[in-house]
Amino acid sequence: MPPLKMNAVAWGLLVVAGLAAPFLVYPVFAMKILCLALFACAFNLLLGYTGLLSFGHAAFLGTAGYVTGHTVKVLGFQPEIGILAGTATAAALGYVIGSLAIRRSGIYFAMITLALAQMVYFMSLQMPFTGGEDGLQGVPRGKLFGMIDLLHPLYMYYFVFAIFLPGFWVIYRTIHSPFGQVLKAIRENEPRAISLGYDVEKYKLTAFVLSAALSGLAGATKTLVFQLASLTDVHWHMSGEVVLMTLLGGMGTVFGPIVGAIVVVSLQNYGANIGEWVIVITGTIFVICVLAFRRGIVGELAILFKR
Amino acid sequence: MGSEYLLETHSLSKEFRGFVAVNDVSLRVKRGSIHALIGPNGAGKTTVFNLITKFLPPTSGKIFFDGIDITREKPAQTARRGVIRSFQISAVFPHLTVLENVRIGLQRSLGTSFHFWKSEKTLDVLNDRAMELLEAVDLASFAFVTTVELPYGRKRALEIATTLAMDPELMLLDEPTQGMGHEDVGRIVELIRKVSANRTVLMVEHNLSVVATLSDTITVMQRGSILAEGPYIEVSKNPQVLEAYVGTADE
Repeated sequence: MPPLKMNAVAWGLLVVAGLAAPFLVYPVFAMKILCLALFACAFNLLLGYTGLLSFGHAAFLGTAGYVTGHTVKVLGFQPEIGILAGTATAAALGYVIGSLAIRRSGIYFAMITLALAQMVYFMSLQMPFTGGEDGLQGVPRGKLFGMIDLLHPLYMYYFVFAIFLPGFWVIYRTIHSPFGQVLKAIRENEPRAISLGYDVEKYKLTAFVLSAALSGLAGATKTLVFQLASLTDVHWHMSGEVVLMTLLGGMGTVFGPIVGAIVVVSLQNYGANIGEWVIVITGTIFVICVLAFRRGIVGELAILFKR
Repeated sequence: MGSEYLLETHSLSKEFRGFVAVNDVSLRVKRGSIHALIGPNGAGKTTVFNLITKFLPPTSGKIFFDGIDITREKPAQTARRGVIRSFQISAVFPHLTVLENVRIGLQRSLGTSFHFWKSEKTLDVLNDRAMELLEAVDLASFAFVTTVELPYGRKRALEIATTLAMDPELMLLDEPTQGMGHEDVGRIVELIRKVSANRTVLMVEHNLSVVATLSDTITVMQRGSILAEGPYIEVSKNPQVLEAYVGTADE
């Protein structure tokens, strides 16, 4: 199959599966997958298409969660305003962290993002408005546009899906845009991109802010789903988990991170009753994947279909 | 129209922690000429390239392009003035198609390179021009091949096509025939001759027969300094140059 046709099929599957999901699985589970899938796709825009490994993406997910939680719970705004505020804050934070981190590359870039994300974590732990160890609990889902009661699981689900789809489309479009072409060129050969007259730092920073904003969108939505903003989402574990989801599903593939998110979230959910072992199992799968299927699930499948 | 010289360096020097890689190099590249930079390994040729293209900041000295002082510019800025370099290792974008490689060189002119909301189909207007460039380097039939699958010599040709896409005034070629078989060398030499019409070329090259056929002027470097300069016939008889070359050949 030609790649374009394959993409069309994948989009069709995605929409159908997305619409049917709440009737097949527990809606909150499906919503968690959608949020983390969007997060992983946003992360993949940097890792897979710009060649930048950020190890601090939890900062954007978590910060947006806190801001959304605060806007809705304490300030009493409607959910859509809360999500906008969370996303905007993540974008601004992305601009700050990105500006500092893109001055270095490779492992140093990863370390700077990790260090700055740790600062965000400790601030979240100490500052009063985040609720510290307790987090922000009981965040009301509220009424969308003052009309639709989001406490209803199905309404909430389709609201989340209606956020996920355009979010994912923005990433898809970015990858397949003139801007995306330059990003790929930077990923492939940065000195050459410079020698062709591209200010690579500006392109990297733009990609970083986009990725941070979309991660924030995912975090903001997640807070409404679970009615909770907590330290889990700013912890470095979460930064690691998004790397895992992206590599497992297929770095640099459009749909890979979604598959990765489904696998990881399913393992965590259905494996919860076997306790700590789920971490060992996830780790083993990760090791097998890195050793045997470097391209990730979707990457390997794409190669199979090409033959 | 500026002066006779398109590129001039004034006592350019570069030190790395006390090691002088480039020492007081004053180079003048004539507009419209092919100028070769030769010398034994470690003579500082590539460092001179990196200085001219701003990939390295000079320790002292000045660089003028078309009469404008570009010493303090950023590399991308200098590139946009029309100073485009190649690299020793072939500089292509391996996982893009051959056509996409050339389009990266062309697309900046559209001014949409930050437009992440536009479809990449908007780049298709560049395809005709890209195909012309690929034809010029004999790669048109490979347009939709992923670049990583091209043989080495073809990659270098693609690199030249991408460089041409920028319509550069000054092309800097770093060892364009390095690592090539006989046949490929011949093709690249023809290519350089073809594309150098109406342009200025400065190249680093080890293959002396390539240098002899192509260049109008030769600058010989040794240990970071200029040893001799002039047309091939003159330079090849210079006793110091002979010593430098024979000396290294004996080792």
